Amino acid sequence: MEISRCEIMNGVGLTCLRSDKFKTACMSVNLLCQLERETASINALVPYVLRRGSSLYPDMEALSTRMNELYGTAIEPVVRRIGEIQCIGLYSSFPEGEFLPEKTELLPEVLKLVGEILLHPATRGGLFLPDYVESEKEKMIDAIRSRLNDKRSYATIRCMEEMCCFEDFAVGRFGTEEDCENINYKKLTRRYKELLQQCPIEIIYCGRAEEKAVRRAVKDALVTLPRGEINYDIGTDVRMNAVEDEPRFVKEEMDVTQGKLVMGFRLGEIMEEPDPAALYVFNSVFGGSSTSKLFMNVRERLQLCYYASSGLNIPKGLMLVSSGIEADKLDETRNEIFAQLDEMRKGNITDSELSAAKAGVASDLRSTMDSQGALEGFFLSQTLMGLEYGPMELAELVADVRAEDVAAVANSVECDLIYFMCGEADTEDENAEN
Amino acid sequence: MQRTEYKDIGEVLHSTVLPNGLKINVIEKPDFATCYAVLATDYGGAHRDFYLDGELKKTPAGVAHFLEHKMFDLPNGDNALELLSLNGADPNAFTSSSMTAYYFSCTEKFEDNLKLLLHFVSTPYFTEETVSKEQGIIAQEISMGEDNPGVIIYYNLLSMLYREHPIKDRVAGSVESISQITARTLYDCHKAFYSPVNMCLCVEGNVKAERVFEIAGEVLGGEKCEKPRAEFGADEGELPVEQYKKEYMPVSAPQFLIGAKIAPCRDAKEKLYQRLTAQLALRMLVGYSSPFYTRLYAEGLLNRDFDYEVDFFADTGSVIIGGESSQPEKVLEELIKEVDRVRDEGFDEKSFELAKKASLGARLRGLEDFENVCISIVEGEFEGFDALEAIPMLSTVSLEDCRSFVAEKLQKDRLAISIIATGREEP
Repeated sequence: MEISRCEIMNGVGLTCLRSDKFKTACMSVNLLCQLERETASINALVPYVLRRGSSLYPDMEALSTRMNELYGTAIEPVVRRIGEIQCIGLYSSFPEGEFLPEKTELLPEVLKLVGEILLHPATRGGLFLPDYVESEKEKMIDAIRSRLNDKRSYATIRCMEEMCCFEDFAVGRFGTEEDCENINYKKLTRRYKELLQQCPIEIIYCGRAEEKAVRRAVKDALVTLPRGEINYDIGTDVRMNAVEDEPRFVKEEMDVTQGKLVMGFRLGEIMEEPDPAALYVFNSVFGGSSTSKLFMNVRERLQLCYYASSGLNIPKGLMLVSSGIEADKLDETRNEIFAQLDEMRKGNITDSELSAAKAGVASDLRSTMDSQGALEGFFLSQTLMGLEYGPMELAELVADVRAEDVAAVANSVECDLIYFMCGEADTEDENAEN
Repeated sequence: MQRTEYKDIGEVLHSTVLPNGLKINVIEKPDFATCYAVLATDYGGAHRDFYLDGELKKTPAGVAHFLEHKMFDLPNGDNALELLSLNGADPNAFTSSSMTAYYFSCTEKFEDNLKLLLHFVSTPYFTEETVSKEQGIIAQEISMGEDNPGVIIYYNLLSMLYREHPIKDRVAGSVESISQITARTLYDCHKAFYSPVNMCLCVEGNVKAERVFEIAGEVLGGEKCEKPRAEFGADEGELPVEQYKKEYMPVSAPQFLIGAKIAPCRDAKEKLYQRLTAQLALRMLVGYSSPFYTRLYAEGLLNRDFDYEVDFFADTGSVIIGGESSQPEKVLEELIKEVDRVRDEGFDEKSFELAKKASLGARLRGLEDFENVCISIVEGEFEGFDALEAIPMLSTVSLEDCRSFVAEKLQKDRLAISIIATGREEP
């Protein structure tokens, strides 16, 4: 795979991942903005309203028909939060010409359509159509509310919200219901125009086309992009320590059969110069795999839960440990999770634990090369963090991680907040405060 | 060994059948780092009653899934999941109504991992102690499902579509049904369903087909046994038992699933054609570019959380359409109107051609995912068709067949709707 990155227009970066092994190509166009409470919702709404209709294809039926003509090309709004950078934009994927009748090369036409959706929305009097704005607003409010439906992931969201309550990270990628309510078509149009002028834009392409051809197609598609002074002042504020001396504790009742425990950690001073290879290996040994200490002890040996796992958010310097437990197992589970972390702090990591973790992490990284979606996400994140290496280079670094590097991470992490979601009937046997 | 080339989609399938009956399919992908392998048995949650040696055996709900959990235990105390993970592989397993599948993906030590996969799936080892321990773990999993609106809404729908068919019960069984499972039950069912003749191995990735065949032959020897015949009960026809069910859960917005039964064609090739027809017809009827979806989306009755699927397994067929809506009953009403309109007016030629184009693009996208490809091939093997034939066959589907599918199979009296409403029922 040939990897290249260049600035093709003022504040517009293009990363080309050229490869012949896929049957479809993908391209994402991402506008980068600082994640802030005041603007998270209004920013996030923009791509959804854009996707409703353009000046040439004024409604969803017309847009979908055009995409069907391009062999089921998909162009979808995408809103991500990478650290405290909110990335809003469009993600497209389309078949490579080689497998289509008459070998139709779709890239230029798809990009033309992406440019059309991004830059020439359906408007009346220069403003977004109120209908589209209101309807997408309602849908975004539904989407924010629907986080409730999956209790396991909702518990992790709640833990992050509580843990980072003094930081912008607590704002979800869609912002809040109240902020959505306050948007109207005039405000949204104004914001949209600001974003086009100010935001750095990162474009990631993965497919068979030569960089030159991609560059030309992107330039043609974005020729009418109105640019002003670019706001490069965006980034993530990484908090190193817990907010209070002892971990905070938050308990909520919901209609659930099984309790959900989520423990939020700061990765700590190790984030001053983060070593992703060591962090990944640490996570895999601790709770990121089926040979991890949490899985083997909390689930298999003590049978305290159905699941117990850890996950990292490296850009923000966080780790979350989550577990599904009976309400009366809270203390025991929490203590065991801490005990396993203590083992790692003391350096009690066996050779087989370490080599399994390293093999697993390296394998995941190598297989990133086999998935376009994974490649796109990896390189967008790397670009935002100012890192230049690819998954293969990182996989090589993993081989050099030693047990003491892993122990160093364990010694750096600090528990900040413990969140527990329990059933309504479980409230009487309340003894879990600390 | 057979080599089949699918020129249009640039794929080559290597396949063989071992003397013991094991079917093997391999797609070589030298440009990729990953290898994916799945070993599956034609045995799922719905295979509860079966004939073996001319005798009818009855088992409680949840045995296939229970077996899946216990297969990783090896007689020497090792756990295969752990061994594979220690090797850097990413192993897992699932049990559906129609199959149990054990799989891994890896970028190194493929041959070791493959040997291990073949070895542990063919090595039953259960004790009363490990079985009773697992009962607790699975009971937890079952109770987790009770908090999951997706699980509840799905089984509510199936219990409206089917009166007796075992597909209507949860694959994991119930706390009560799994309490009846003993080590003996597991040994018996393993013997019946895990013989090579009832299984299929499928591999895609950076491998050589020859080596996969050799390794499978070395690890899985043995004679060809009798294939068990599942008994799913009497044909229940195409009309649902009930048409409306609503349950209350703490969800943010009402969820719905609309379902209809389709009697599967007997002939495997016809069944593949039937599936493609159903998928194309649904794409035109309710797909993201259909007048139905775009209108209801604009009116606020549907959002992006909307999808449809066509399933054929365990001698059943069904169409399921579902999503989130503030007014699920209204969505059903609109769907019925749309079905009537298509019955009377048909689909137009242009949208049919576009649907085919879009379907081709979507299927090419599906080929990127090794797991998706391998599981489809296994499904095809168990149902008797060649999954990779789907793309070439797509162009043969006729407009009239799509219209008559909608007109005949999705009429009002054939539809059932399962709803999860927000909050609590009025007392």
